[in-house]
Amino acid sequence: MHPLRGAIAIVGAADTAVGIVPGMSATELCVDAALRALGDAGLRKDQVDGLITCNAMAEPCMYHAETIAEYLQIFPRYCVSAATGGGTTFAALHQAASAIMAGLCHTVLITMADSLRSGMSRDQAMKTQSSCGHPQFESPYGPTVPSLYALIARAHMAAYGTTAEQMAEVAVACRAHAALHPGAQMREPISVQDVLASRLIADPLHLLDCSLVSDGGAAVIVTSADRARDFPHAPVYLLGIGEGHSHEHISQAHSLTTSAAREAGERAYAMAGLGPSDMQFAQLYDCFTPTVLVELEDLGFCGVGESGPFVQEGHIRLGGRIPVNTHGGLLSHCHPGNPGSMFALTESVLQLRGAAGARQIQGAKVGLAHAQGGIMSSHATIILGTERN
Amino acid sequence: MDAHAGKHFPRPTPVSRPYWEGCREGRLLLQLCTGCNRHQFYPRILCSHCGASTLAWAQASGHGTVQSYTVVRRPVSPGYAADTPYVIALIALAEGPVMMSNVVGCAPEDVSVGMPVEVLFETWSGEITVPKFRPVTAGA
Repeated sequence: MHPLRGAIAIVGAADTAVGIVPGMSATELCVDAALRALGDAGLRKDQVDGLITCNAMAEPCMYHAETIAEYLQIFPRYCVSAATGGGTTFAALHQAASAIMAGLCHTVLITMADSLRSGMSRDQAMKTQSSCGHPQFESPYGPTVPSLYALIARAHMAAYGTTAEQMAEVAVACRAHAALHPGAQMREPISVQDVLASRLIADPLHLLDCSLVSDGGAAVIVTSADRARDFPHAPVYLLGIGEGHSHEHISQAHSLTTSAAREAGERAYAMAGLGPSDMQFAQLYDCFTPTVLVELEDLGFCGVGESGPFVQEGHIRLGGRIPVNTHGGLLSHCHPGNPGSMFALTESVLQLRGAAGARQIQGAKVGLAHAQGGIMSSHATIILGTERN
Repeated sequence: MDAHAGKHFPRPTPVSRPYWEGCREGRLLLQLCTGCNRHQFYPRILCSHCGASTLAWAQASGHGTVQSYTVVRRPVSPGYAADTPYVIALIALAEGPVMMSNVVGCAPEDVSVGMPVEVLFETWSGEITVPKFRPVTAGA
């Protein structure tokens, strides 16, 4: 059995307010998330000896984790800022698990936040976006971030007959779930027609196929499974984790319709000794609707090329075969950039504690979350469960 | 030249300079590994297929097909506003590599996956000429 399987557990998890949160800087949101997670775990700040953060676009720091440690006045033995774009959250969890197992530290605080909505000027945001793509071989052609994902969407449509209506259903399902989450940024239900009637951003992607721009942060506390028994909440164990890294720039991708989510998922399933049919939920990375389709296929929830009809049949809704993004995802819950998947992680913890309120999956014991960064470049899959063995 | 003010001008490096000089002369050059006889794009200091450093420059046919495309409706920055809507495409070159480009010379709605295209060159400045692609017309 893999030494990481069931070796660590999440004993604290919390979100800040999300959406439009004026009056708190990215640094303060990051600290606020940390304090909330510490409170959830019943820990004092001096009881964590590891810290992992990721940099904030609205308030970048040269040494981000050190900045947060300094602000909190904690003095960890292990302190690192992680950066693999949207995949950062689960890559950070991988690092935390490895650090704990290697004896570098006992208890790690992972806290991430950004203030993309309130903390950045429109010009600053446009400037950030305008730097996307390879500086010599992509950027001159004027790609936008949505356009790079639209290339994936169009390729999937051409290869498998996937339709804009099917992609829209991903946004509709996420919104239906967000409507059940009191803290979600967008809670007003939408229809497939609403998505198709929203402004075209980069064909075939409409405005409502694109994720939100948000303020917010979230944090978790991770410790060894042996220590995890002594906390107020039942531990949520890390049963499997795997990464896959295939490219940085989309023009260098070996495939547009499949991704390194396949390798990440296979590694996570192998470690857990579980498969897609064992999962009771899947929090998938939904920066744009087509990424969910590719991930459903790559992670084995449906056959290759079958994700369009699969979502159209309602299988990713609560009550469906594999509920996806029970909190509403990046499309409807919130998307503060690189910290985005932290909310998939805290939502998974809530589901496995049985504390997800109106959106609770009854009897949830094991679930999956997947994150990707870049343009379907850097992938990480985690499998969490309520039982260590 | 002013038509391209505000665009993202590529900055050639020692490794990529022959590519950009080729573009300026109206030739699409790709690196060809003399060890494994395969082309690569973008230019590198190693062959991405076999790892060798035995790389030469070879003129490509300039022909390819559209692997995927999108129509950008909201420009990435003001420098691209006059071109909007514009087509971003991945072009699968006849020699094997894939490159990003714009498809021009037809209406955006006439672009399709699998469409045969050929290179043309757009001069942005004395130093920079950018390769773009247009549909191969019948009989061409």
